[in-house]
Amino acid sequence: MSALLEADGIVSGYGEVEILHGVSISVAAGEMIAVIGPNGAGKSTLLKAVFGLIPCAAGTVRFDGIDITNQSPDRIVAQGMSYVPQTENVFPSLSINENLEMGGFIRRERLQERLEHVYGIFPDLAHRRGDSGGKLSGGQRQMLALARALMLEPRLLMLDEPSASLSPKMVESLFQKIDEINRAGTAVLLVEQNAKEALSLSDRAYVLATGENRLDGDAKTMLESEDVARLYLGD
Amino acid sequence: MRRRCWRAKTWPGSTWVISGMSIIPARYADSFSELRDRYRALGDRPGAIGLWALIIALFVWAAVFQTQLFVVGIIVGSILALGAMGLTLVYGILKFGNFAHGDTMMLGSYIAYILLTGTVVGRQANIDTDIGISLEQFPGATTGIGDLSFGYGLLIAIALAGLAMALISIALDRVVYRRLRQRKSGIVIFAIASLGIAFSTRALMLIIWGPDPRRYVSGIHYAKHYPFDVVLKTDQIFIFFVAFGLAVALYVLLFHMKLGKAMRAMADNADLALVSGINTDRIIVWTWAIGGALMAVAGALLAVQASLKPDLGFGLILPLFAAAILGGLGKPHGAFIGAMVVGVTQEVSIEFISAGYKPAVAFMILVLILLLRPRGLFGSTN
Repeated sequence: MSALLEADGIVSGYGEVEILHGVSISVAAGEMIAVIGPNGAGKSTLLKAVFGLIPCAAGTVRFDGIDITNQSPDRIVAQGMSYVPQTENVFPSLSINENLEMGGFIRRERLQERLEHVYGIFPDLAHRRGDSGGKLSGGQRQMLALARALMLEPRLLMLDEPSASLSPKMVESLFQKIDEINRAGTAVLLVEQNAKEALSLSDRAYVLATGENRLDGDAKTMLESEDVARLYLGD
Repeated sequence: MRRRCWRAKTWPGSTWVISGMSIIPARYADSFSELRDRYRALGDRPGAIGLWALIIALFVWAAVFQTQLFVVGIIVGSILALGAMGLTLVYGILKFGNFAHGDTMMLGSYIAYILLTGTVVGRQANIDTDIGISLEQFPGATTGIGDLSFGYGLLIAIALAGLAMALISIALDRVVYRRLRQRKSGIVIFAIASLGIAFSTRALMLIIWGPDPRRYVSGIHYAKHYPFDVVLKTDQIFIFFVAFGLAVALYVLLFHMKLGKAMRAMADNADLALVSGINTDRIIVWTWAIGGALMAVAGALLAVQASLKPDLGFGLILPLFAAAILGGLGKPHGAFIGAMVVGVTQEVSIEFISAGYKPAVAFMILVLILLLRPRGLFGSTN
């Protein structure tokens, strides 16, 4: 199976500081991939580099066979890839409905249909369409951020630590939603601190440490591996 | 003492309070800190309520006891509103205070002037040069419409000036601000750059049209009498309706159209707008286009109400910023209300103090907002 997303030898960072020293990952269509690793491993940086938010000094990013290295985010979105930042991922003064409209900004056709489809996945949001994004609780905000990213019916959804600072109960329902979205056919690239939960949902996983690939393989195997548990799952 | 504590609410330097507390007798200290905590828990709500109460009281009082000045204040406020809405819109998207806004407003009014009259300053003092073509040459272009002092020539001139200022604003962004964005310059650099544009614009107007005041229409135009002893020129009523109409149009754009919603989204969070697929460069171009058009109309209406003078624009900076900050920076509907407050306060003040102090009145309003509620009436905390 040819990969949907193929990042090869990514070197990137912020300004002069190099964080990623040649990281490679691939995601096949419909797959759920977890990227785990300790703090400062470069997980979030990897997503930003793939999405064109920070420049790649070396390496290539291919989406569906097309080179998208260092393209601007608004063009990458148009290719069928969505990204949910870790924080500040909703528009606080816009209503829920407007937040979703912004998510679907670049495509005019079937807007109402897509809106209803997304509301179908997140019925809680459907009840409060007029409320502003800033009024939502942390968990609801993450749901809205996910919903916004789904408005373009992406083939790949990239999530940056969606469970950060959520209550355990919220985390569970959020992961349920992510699983549901993945089962419906959307590939998911999930960066998580919450490694156990992420691994149990995923097909495959990558472990990053100090800006390099450390391990990769089947998520379930990794979950059972003593080495991974000892080094990265905090057991 | 109270003042220090009040400031500590917004300032991290709360050591002030602790050191200052030693001057309170120990037995009051507990109840004092309790009071202080309660006050802090209220956030800036008391400031907001106080501000709204002041505004409503001012409007009601002025409307009842100073009806004439109140009405003129609303007219002046209408002109300020068009400028302040553009200013706040640009601030919301680009996050810097555009100090050139007053001068570019004036440039807009002069562009309307040259289109209408085709006149520039001559080589000799007091003798103007005619460039040969103008809207005035069209038959009936200067015949007053109804009770208005001007004809359709000025309306066309203002519309064309709006278009011209939209294009000039976009061009200025290309040449100046876009380069600063690419360098990731801080907001101070942007503000200083805008000040440079302000000076250059004023100098350009002085070169082309000279320092003497000019008018769109010569001759005397009588005001009409209305109930409650209000005396108004029909031109002034026209000014109000144009400003109000454009404010409504801007509201419809921002809250009911895709472009406007994207502008609000970008004002909220430009990075998230970008990852949502919104072409933020295009939004910036539209923002300047709308801001520029509003500038030109505001400047032209000011010239209808007062006159054209190259240095008139710079004096507008203070009331424009006062209006925009009062409404909450980045909130056009707030800027509209803020402009009305500034306009009415300035006009009513001449009943009590010399008209020469009008700029000081705007300054007082600015100080008062910054003390009571720095984020303004509709501003957000983030």
